[in-house]
Amino acid sequence: MLPTPDTSHVPYQRVYEPAEDSFLLLDTLSSSSETAFLSSRFSSPTSSSSATPTPLVLEVGPGSGVVIAFLTAHASTIFGTPHVLTTAIDVSPFACAATNLTVRKAVTENLATAGSWTSAVQGDLVTPLRAGSVDVLVFNPPYVPTPDLPAPPPTKLQELREKTTFEEDSHLLELTYAGGRDGMETTDRLIEALPEVLSQRGVAYILLCAQNKPEEVKERIRKMGSAQEGEGEWKAETVGTSGKQAGWEKLQIVRVWR
Amino acid sequence: MKVMTLNFLTCAVKNCKSSNDSFPLHPKEAELAKDDIEINPQLLINVLPRIDWAALRTTSTELGFPTLPEQPPSPEDLQNDEALLKELHELLMETQMMEGKLVCGHCGHEYAVKNGVANFLLPSHLV
Repeated sequence: MLPTPDTSHVPYQRVYEPAEDSFLLLDTLSSSSETAFLSSRFSSPTSSSSATPTPLVLEVGPGSGVVIAFLTAHASTIFGTPHVLTTAIDVSPFACAATNLTVRKAVTENLATAGSWTSAVQGDLVTPLRAGSVDVLVFNPPYVPTPDLPAPPPTKLQELREKTTFEEDSHLLELTYAGGRDGMETTDRLIEALPEVLSQRGVAYILLCAQNKPEEVKERIRKMGSAQEGEGEWKAETVGTSGKQAGWEKLQIVRVWR
Repeated sequence: MKVMTLNFLTCAVKNCKSSNDSFPLHPKEAELAKDDIEINPQLLINVLPRIDWAALRTTSTELGFPTLPEQPPSPEDLQNDEALLKELHELLMETQMMEGKLVCGHCGHEYAVKNGVANFLLPSHLV
């Protein structure tokens, strides 16, 4: 078991606290089958002088930063090389600040195995990124079905400050879990952006809950087109689950690649 | 935010994505800070193939760093060029933009950078 990053500095009244879904991502991404898959895809051949381009690992909506800090701190173990660049994008300025700190702390405690953290960026999903720039994308979405999707943070909630109101904190927390119809409104937007933002060797890990209708989601992904011709068929497989409850999987991680 | 990120960030406005002018974004009124990080030549050599060199040259000049060579070095050249390794390490890995703006060369939109975090959330009329 690799150590879980420290998030004791995170203000949980307005930033999502690591929970069962976060820990399922840590367990799945550090499982022997996924580290073998990621290492074979991204680590440089040991006996060759030719360089393997450093992969860019992105977490969308990192919240506390526990997942991207884990991936950065244990890069050698998970990707087979410490030569990875990591980054994250979140709508909340508080999540961005928390993530920067969580990752820096985790790196300091794991210098021997850590990759290179760049910075957290504030934004809407992958909209600030260049096409084809992401090699590994991790998303723990707002997946709970809700009647409506919360509004994006207003201008005054886009800046870091000392004091927020109870209503503002509630709004920020709602953004972390409320997924609208089938809990899929935000996740669907992310999936639509995958052909454009993932590199040719790119892979995405997306967490889904049973109400998201994961079998249908995987079918939709397999039928996606490509940004360019000849990039191969999309594959989508469940690579981690929280175990069966009342006969169905409550949470699962779907790996998307081609 | 590290200067490295400017090599994969672009304007968030949909119509700007297809324009060459939207990349790289142009730093304005930038306040920089420097982290002290140990140099890792192999990391820089591996990072090189994923760098858009022309964009990095622009960023380097705009931030007041020395002008980079016109062509990217080969991995072998970089390995043996201690001065360039040091320059790239300082620019990509150590330098942080703490305050200022990032300007799109296509639509002119300015993204604020505060406390080292760039805000790419668009006002509703640009979404």
